[in-house]
Amino acid sequence: MTETPKIALAGVHKSFGPKTVLNGIDLEVARGESLVIIGGSGTGKSVMLKCILGLLHPDSGSIRVDGRETTRLNSRDRERLLHKFGMLFQGAALFDSLPVWENVAFGLIQGEHMPRPRARDIAVAKLGAVGLGPEVANLSPAELSGGMQKRVALARAIADEPEIIFFDEPTTGLDPIMADVINELIVQCVKDLGATAVTITHDMASARKIADRIAMIYQGRIIWTGHASDIDDSGNPYVDQFVHGRADGPIRMQIRAL
Amino acid sequence: MGFLAAIGRAFLVFLGATGNVAMFTGIAVSHCLRPPIYLRQVLRQMIDIGYYSLPVVGLTALFTGMVLALQSYSGFARFQAEGAIATVVVLSVTRELGPVLAGLMVAGRIGAAMAAEIGTMRVTEQIDALSTLSTNPYKYLVVPRLIAGLTMLPLLVLVADIIGVFGGFLVSVYRLGFNPASYISRTWEFLEPVDVISGLVKAGVFGFMIALMGCYFGYRSRGGAQGVGQATTNAVVAASILILVFNYLITGIFFSDK
Ligand SMILES: Nc1ncnc2c1ncn2[C@@H]1O[C@H](COP(=O)(O)OP(=O)(O)OP(=O)(O)O)[C@@H](O)[C@H]1O
Ligand SMILES: [Mg+2]
Repeated sequence: MTETPKIALAGVHKSFGPKTVLNGIDLEVARGESLVIIGGSGTGKSVMLKCILGLLHPDSGSIRVDGRETTRLNSRDRERLLHKFGMLFQGAALFDSLPVWENVAFGLIQGEHMPRPRARDIAVAKLGAVGLGPEVANLSPAELSGGMQKRVALARAIADEPEIIFFDEPTTGLDPIMADVINELIVQCVKDLGATAVTITHDMASARKIADRIAMIYQGRIIWTGHASDIDDSGNPYVDQFVHGRADGPIRMQIRAL
Repeated sequence: MGFLAAIGRAFLVFLGATGNVAMFTGIAVSHCLRPPIYLRQVLRQMIDIGYYSLPVVGLTALFTGMVLALQSYSGFARFQAEGAIATVVVLSVTRELGPVLAGLMVAGRIGAAMAAEIGTMRVTEQIDALSTLSTNPYKYLVVPRLIAGLTMLPLLVLVADIIGVFGGFLVSVYRLGFNPASYISRTWEFLEPVDVISGLVKAGVFGFMIALMGCYFGYRSRGGAQGVGQATTNAVVAASILILVFNYLITGIFFSDK
């Protein structure tokens, strides 16, 4: 890989009080690549994405986007940088004071100053792409089911066609068919828009479908990265255990028997 | 020793909080002065604060004016000074009771609502989502509320002044048997512009404080419903105390010839 990576993390640390969450993350994502991040619950996957976006500040380490260091940006440069990003939050994070279509069109109206009627048309089209009809457009987010909210959030993340898109568990809470539709959509975003995508998922079927490369995070580090096709013979017992969803193996869950 | 240490710690916490508020205010005000201003949001907040607070503030003012007339009548009758009722009512309402009572009512109504709304947005990651949609949360959430608070409270207080004086008039004329024409001329007789203006200045400051506290505590809330509840309480308590303190300070500035 001679091209500068789209995103490069080196030695990123992040602790909350005494609790270390990221313990030296090294990771590179190439331009136009779709990277999937897997790892146990609570291992810091969401925290890592938020560090890249600057929503959380890493304690140490370097985060480069397009070769440019971003950990010390002032708020104006940060705002400009975030133009490149779209993010689907794990909890959807829809604006509950705005109707669905305005949520989807938010980046277009506020960020790109598009006239509202035109932004609305685009929003309705994006809603269609995630399997939601135009009748949903005027509802408020609170009137939607969890899976529908997730899809609206997805439509919002891709609406202004960002260069880099983060999907935090895009298919959690969806039925298997809709999950596959969303997988297709993510693949399409990467293929058609040429976007760089980082997706967090626990769903191995989804990971296989959308990933060019897969990275596994464990105890605050990336312990394995490799091509999606190599995931079944990674030769890494941690990855094996995760991929096959076995309770016993090197990863020990912190539980006690009843 | 333990006692002194506790005082010292409390003092440090207080200093820290003051610093945080000052920093928050600085950032927010600097965003007030730099475009873009989200006019749609400003308008929405103005309607929320100005229009929807009218009934509460109006009722408060009405009964305050009425009870003032009644109290001063029964009090002043002891030294045959009933004629001063009109003056007492108009001066108390415009200088003190209008701004303070309207401020306290609005603090309960609006300060709490702001803290709850922004706090919920914080804990559900909506504020993070704003940032990723290239919208500065200070500009989108805080600035409109500060502007609306600063401008709407004086208008509310102007209305409260009128209604309060009218309340005093009602009681004096229909219950205490004063002559309406002479009551009205008595009302104007000793009223000076500074009485009203000082009240309106107070109102502007109070409105700013209410919005600032609502935004500040909402913005910093952590940890789900409980955190939001805490933020709401803090916002109302802090705003109420600040109103009383600043009321004294501003009175001192305007009427300090003694
Ligand atoms: N704002 C915060 N303050 C304190 N601790 C936090 C904060 N955000 C995350 N954490 C902690 O960091 C750890 C990692 O959280 P994170 O949300 O990144 O997990 P995750 O890998 O995304 O898990 P999941 O797959 O369940 O979403 C958790 O143990 C969590 O308690
Ligand atoms: Mg997560």
